[in-house]
Amino acid sequence: MPQWIRACATDDINPEDLIRFDHDGDTYAIYHAPDGRFYATAGRCTHEDVHLCDGLVMGHLIECPKHNGQFDYRTGEAKRSPVCINLKTFPVKVEAGEVFIGLN
Amino acid sequence: MTAAPFPVGQRDYSLVGPDSRRAVEIGLASAEWYHSDVPRAVMKDLMKRTDGPAIRDTVLWFALLIGGAWGGIYFWGTWACVPFLLVYSVIYGSSCDSRWHECGHGTAFRTPWMNDVIYQIASFMVMRNPVTWRWSHARHHTDTYIVGRDAEIAWMRPPKTLTNFLALFDVIGATRSLFILARNATGRLTPDEKDFVPESEWGKLVLAARIHMAIYAATVAVALATWSWLPLMLVGLPRIYGSWHMVMCGHLQHAGLAENVLDHRLNTRTVYMNPISRYIYWNMNYHIEHHMFPMVPYHALPRLHEVIKADLPPPNLSILDGYREVFASLRRQKTDPEYFFRKTLPPSAKPYREEFHTLNIARSGT
Repeated sequence: MPQWIRACATDDINPEDLIRFDHDGDTYAIYHAPDGRFYATAGRCTHEDVHLCDGLVMGHLIECPKHNGQFDYRTGEAKRSPVCINLKTFPVKVEAGEVFIGLN
Repeated sequence: MTAAPFPVGQRDYSLVGPDSRRAVEIGLASAEWYHSDVPRAVMKDLMKRTDGPAIRDTVLWFALLIGGAWGGIYFWGTWACVPFLLVYSVIYGSSCDSRWHECGHGTAFRTPWMNDVIYQIASFMVMRNPVTWRWSHARHHTDTYIVGRDAEIAWMRPPKTLTNFLALFDVIGATRSLFILARNATGRLTPDEKDFVPESEWGKLVLAARIHMAIYAATVAVALATWSWLPLMLVGLPRIYGSWHMVMCGHLQHAGLAENVLDHRLNTRTVYMNPISRYIYWNMNYHIEHHMFPMVPYHALPRLHEVIKADLPPPNLSILDGYREVFASLRRQKTDPEYFFRKTLPPSAKPYREEFHTLNIARSGT
């Protein structure tokens, strides 16, 4: 069972955008999809050590701000080179306007 | 004052040599670079993708290519073909570079397949392996002008001025590119290529080289069959006789500026250019802006420039102004390879990041 950690309030993230969330020495990216759902992935691109929080969310894709590699942030799947390695994803739940990320 | 991380004098620009290892050891490789502050809402607006400007520019691009080729063929053998081939060759041999570049970043169009199609066409025109160069350019953005890491350093020190300016009609570069494609087509990669292209991509790299070489072989066959230079004037040779604008703009990007720094304001140049050059070059004259924020499409770079220019060194006011600076710096580097041109920042700008290059700065001009 994951441990649910509060990451932010739902209105902390604009629709079709993301924010950075740091916890316990690790860093994550929390996404607000255009359909209103929330998602979470590892914070750094799998290609180079660049945080995705300055990247561009387009639909369900996150584009890395350094080399324009893309991931589907729902599944973590690498969608456009130069990224080849999938991004780790984490479960998310929303309760009473708060976004929680499930960490093991 | 901190010690210079690199010994004065000899440099090893290969990606597997001592400078490469040293760059990794001291934290210059894959490092965090300086960025000007831009509010997130403004940056999101600047990064926004749209197909409109690139479709408009690409329709014009194909119209110029087709029109130029038509005139070249129709008037072949008379002087009237010359202006048509001049236009055709610059669109083929120079603007291919900017189309390759922007579509490689995936920022020109919003629609991915449009970026991919133009990227493949432009890669062929500029004689670059589309796989190799996608990865080398990623490295160029990771480690811009870091010696031993960046595969796209055009002006190695001490500068070979004559060789580089012979490239204005890119005989050397195009010939080298053709040999590289031919080598790749036989399945061989250099250690440098193996360093920055993941092994999973090597098969695609070889296939792309074989397709390019097959098209060149077919063009030569048609030229021989018709006993005419015309096929080669339309395919392949424009990369030489039409490359002058690409080379002219490309040399302005980094020549004479710093190496081994983590601040694009020190190693990259923004130059104001005329509208025709900006069309051919797709606004890459805003080169500091592009390196700092590679997600911003070419058509939004002038707006980005307005947003951050108070934090940047003053841009060069023209191509000529840029070359005055380049030539002065290269002349110094002939005898003093440690020299680079360091511009004075406006009072509104944050200071340069200087921790990796204090000695170089002490020796630089302003």
